[in-house]
Amino acid sequence: MNKIRKYSRHPGLNMGSTDPETHEAAETLLFGFWVFLMSDLVLFALLFADYAAQSQHGVAGGPTPGDILDLKNPFIETMLLLVSSFTFGLAALAMKYRQDRTRLVFWLVVTFALGAGFVGLEVYDFTDMISKGHGPQTSGFLSAFFLLVGTHGIHVSSGLIWLLVLLVQVFVFGLNRNVKTRLMRLAIFWHMLDVVWIGIFTFVYLFGVA
Amino acid sequence: MEMEPDQLPDSEAEDPRQEFREYCIGGILAVLLTLAAFGLVASHWLDTLGCLMVLTLLAVVQVLVHFRYFLHIDLRRSHRDELQLILFTGLILFLMAGGTIWILWNLNSRM
Repeated sequence: MNKIRKYSRHPGLNMGSTDPETHEAAETLLFGFWVFLMSDLVLFALLFADYAAQSQHGVAGGPTPGDILDLKNPFIETMLLLVSSFTFGLAALAMKYRQDRTRLVFWLVVTFALGAGFVGLEVYDFTDMISKGHGPQTSGFLSAFFLLVGTHGIHVSSGLIWLLVLLVQVFVFGLNRNVKTRLMRLAIFWHMLDVVWIGIFTFVYLFGVA
Repeated sequence: MEMEPDQLPDSEAEDPRQEFREYCIGGILAVLLTLAAFGLVASHWLDTLGCLMVLTLLAVVQVLVHFRYFLHIDLRRSHRDELQLILFTGLILFLMAGGTIWILWNLNSRM
């Protein structure tokens, strides 16, 4: 066996010698996607900076973070997203070692359900806040809050749509190289959204309440 | 230094159980760190400043756990490109986010 194939070549789970051709093809594809993710991270960092300033100086006589944020639903959301990151890892392992569609599809569906639960709970939280008069137009703090958390929510929602499309592709095309590298890119996208959420639950929710 | 395949560290070798174990370690560590962060705030164990500092530390460690166990980024030579990209992005983030916060704070204090 060519030893170079055993080395991991890109972020996320490497196919390695279980599928050498996909492993070769994935290197540039995943590096390019990784560059996109890093630029996406810059977007989030600036939204964080915006939130840090607005949540201190932009309350405009309205509610402060400590007044309106509570931790119960964010905690459930955190756990849902964290477990979905783990189950996507299990899906990637099923794709790598088993070449077995049933197990891959099972873990992808579990991941989808957890992600949908996350988005559902977040939408519930948002509508609840807006119905109490704490909508984005209330103050700079709340505008920045909805912008930051909402942008993350839209990312997760587009990840869910992407996941559905790939589930269809798994059935239509089978586990060919394109479908595999697409799943590998979605996997690092999904893990990265969980990393961004660490920032949100720490700097928005926990800092707001502490 | 180029390593021979048989000298590869365990995590580089292709072993389904080893890779499964890595995801499990990452998952368990991430859950523990999350519970610690939420528990710290819920228990009011520290004063506000101490609490914020420990929360920041917990978040940084959890980000590293996610990078290491879920995104498989580490200090190995074969990951240098990604690592450099991450470190460069980290620098950009520090300059842009830190600079923004600095300027906005400064402006606010002059108003």
